[in-house]
Amino acid sequence: MVPLSYYLLLSGFLFGCGVVGFLIKRNIITIFMSIELMLNGVNLSFVAFAAHWHALAGQVFVFFVMVVAAAEAAVGLAIIIAVYRTRETLNVDQMNLLKL
Amino acid sequence: MHLILFLAFGAVCVGGAVNLLAQRHPINSALSLIAVMAALAGEYLLLGAEFVAAVQVIVYAGAIMVLFVFVIMLLNAGEEEETKASRVALLLGVPGMLTGGVLMAWVVLRHSGTEAVAIGALPGHPTDIAQLLFHDFLLPFEVTSVLILIAIMGAVVLASKPESQAGRPD
Repeated sequence: MVPLSYYLLLSGFLFGCGVVGFLIKRNIITIFMSIELMLNGVNLSFVAFAAHWHALAGQVFVFFVMVVAAAEAAVGLAIIIAVYRTRETLNVDQMNLLKL
Repeated sequence: MHLILFLAFGAVCVGGAVNLLAQRHPINSALSLIAVMAALAGEYLLLGAEFVAAVQVIVYAGAIMVLFVFVIMLLNAGEEEETKASRVALLLGVPGMLTGGVLMAWVVLRHSGTEAVAIGALPGHPTDIAQLLFHDFLLPFEVTSVLILIAIMGAVVLASKPESQAGRPD
């Protein structure tokens, strides 16, 4: 028997790590991975609440989050490739113009 | 027993997340993210969500991370370059983050109660999930397929070469 609050703490820690990574990392791919980490933290709290309240809908929502994450990864990585092709860098500090 | 398993998987999660922040090379960050996702699948198993755990391994640790690793290798991403961080942000941000985190942990531990999650009490059987997904959530499910279609087309359009360069041999 594990208390619900432990799961919520772990979920919050993963989300916080994602936020910190999003802010301090300078490589655009690592920033993107931090977003995935945030989504995973949210998924954990969805499943924990689903088990806590015996509501299976929480698990179904995890699938929707996963689908959105997969779509986001596909489009985001395509954008990264397009950005790299025009700027030849992955450092976000050097991407300060919308237009070349 | 469950608590021990929870703590073991949780330790892998925490270690992987911290390692993701500490590593400077994107491929190391990607590998630690895979470790986090695999450990999260273990946590889902503890919560009785077997199908979610399987999909987590297949879709997240499998498909999405392979895409990441593929792009890292395609773009030949190297070590992250050091950039000067703002001193004020460091001085204000770290104590603020710690205060917020401790406050949140205190509130969660104090107010969400410590009712135990009954492990295995919720049958996350694929049949029940399918019943819910294809009956109660049918409209969101269909809308999701449109989203995926748009994402596929967007990825193809964005990643393809611009038309001005397409005819030229490289």
